[in-house]
Amino acid sequence: MVNGRGLLTFASQPVVVATGVTVGPLEEKKSPFAKYADKQYEDERCGLKTNEQAHARMMEEAVKIALSKVDKTPADAQFLLIGDLVNEMTPSNFAAGTVGIPYMGMFSACATSVSTLLTAALLTEAGMADLVIAGSASQHNAIERQFRYPLQYGSQKGATAQWTATAAGAAAVTPYIAGAPVITCGTVGVVTDLGMTDPLNMGAAMAPAAADTFKRHLDGHGKTLEDYDLVMTGDLGKIGFELFKTLLDRWEYNVSHTFRDAGAEYYGKHPEFLAGASGSGCSASVYFSEVYDKLLAGQYKRVLLIATGSLMSPLSYQQGETIPCIAHAVEIEMK
Amino acid sequence: MDEKKYQQLEQQLTPKPAYLKNCLAAFITGGFVCLIGQFVALFYITFFDFTERTASNPTVATMIFFAMLLTGFGVYKKFAQFAGAGSAVPITGFGNAVVSSAIEHRSEGYVLGVGGNMFKLAGSVILYGVFSAFAVALIKSILVALGVISW
Repeated sequence: MVNGRGLLTFASQPVVVATGVTVGPLEEKKSPFAKYADKQYEDERCGLKTNEQAHARMMEEAVKIALSKVDKTPADAQFLLIGDLVNEMTPSNFAAGTVGIPYMGMFSACATSVSTLLTAALLTEAGMADLVIAGSASQHNAIERQFRYPLQYGSQKGATAQWTATAAGAAAVTPYIAGAPVITCGTVGVVTDLGMTDPLNMGAAMAPAAADTFKRHLDGHGKTLEDYDLVMTGDLGKIGFELFKTLLDRWEYNVSHTFRDAGAEYYGKHPEFLAGASGSGCSASVYFSEVYDKLLAGQYKRVLLIATGSLMSPLSYQQGETIPCIAHAVEIEMK
Repeated sequence: MDEKKYQQLEQQLTPKPAYLKNCLAAFITGGFVCLIGQFVALFYITFFDFTERTASNPTVATMIFFAMLLTGFGVYKKFAQFAGAGSAVPITGFGNAVVSSAIEHRSEGYVLGVGGNMFKLAGSVILYGVFSAFAVALIKSILVALGVISW
């Protein structure tokens, strides 16, 4: 059924049957979300030689944990759809190599949690899979060096800067079974670029993309804000989240409704993290832990998750380009 | 929404940097770093055979050594978040830029990693520092040759 630009409806009701989330040591200490995670590492490098190896290990373990919860092993899964932010996504590639599941690496920057989940639902909907793993990860040290300065370089960061989270999240998607949250529909984002150029203020760059996808999702699927118990953006951070809500307010949506942003809440009230968390592990680790648990517990009936990603590279911003941004939305419902 | 309107909105909602507080912090911390440098220079003049002019080289090396230690222990970064320009402008900031790059690229080996990337950030400082010193010296030499000023 064709139902509009970028709009997806899953009539067969694929479900998220289990999730796996791993977080780093700093997150365990400072993040209120760490207690929902399945595994907390005591070492940022997971006892391995490089940050990139640790990055791959965290993703790999998240995948294995998700599978183990439904008594499955990697050999039972038909597809693995994961991604990250490192050049050529080597951590995901190595993780995929270790688990040995047929793999497509997917890049939507920090929106990869939702783009992989939507694709997993599509494969299930098409009847081509009965177990697909979707997910994404980020590791602070590996990502900071990729996009910014060396870790120990002393540069003063402003209030808009975000902290890349060390976390990974994976979701196991299967055809409908009772008692698991259903992926009912989704909306693929359009690249939105309103001329923002500051890589230390990505929330402001991403907010219009999130607002655009939100509006397209509600209009396209004929939903109203009251249909949701929770609308949660990915990693807009404190300032980007305010901008997002201001944009929705101008379109006359009632923003007092339950809106949350995973990045803004990620490190609780700790001021040293400035605007909050970012990274492709940020939304994945919150959506697939706290939000998923609350769906299972019946605390949330229907949620709209809008993961946001800024699609720039160090090269593009050094060449003076603006920051193109994307936001993908997925609607999950507990029947 | 068009770009201009959004940029205005973004400006309104983004908190302004605390310029006065940052200036004060930079002034005090930068001055403090220089005060330590002064003590180091006095140490070399008092206990070794250095004059005020020749003490600058060992002083600079010592200050960079301090910055190196603090960078390695992860302290310099925290100091810099508070100090801002106060930690970036003195020679210790230069030391931090070199050492942090070296530590960062250790995992790629000593040649392609440490050697190839150590001056990634500090390279610009060296290039433009040397070039501006050359330009200033050239101007002064010309002025001296014309008899406008003397050495």
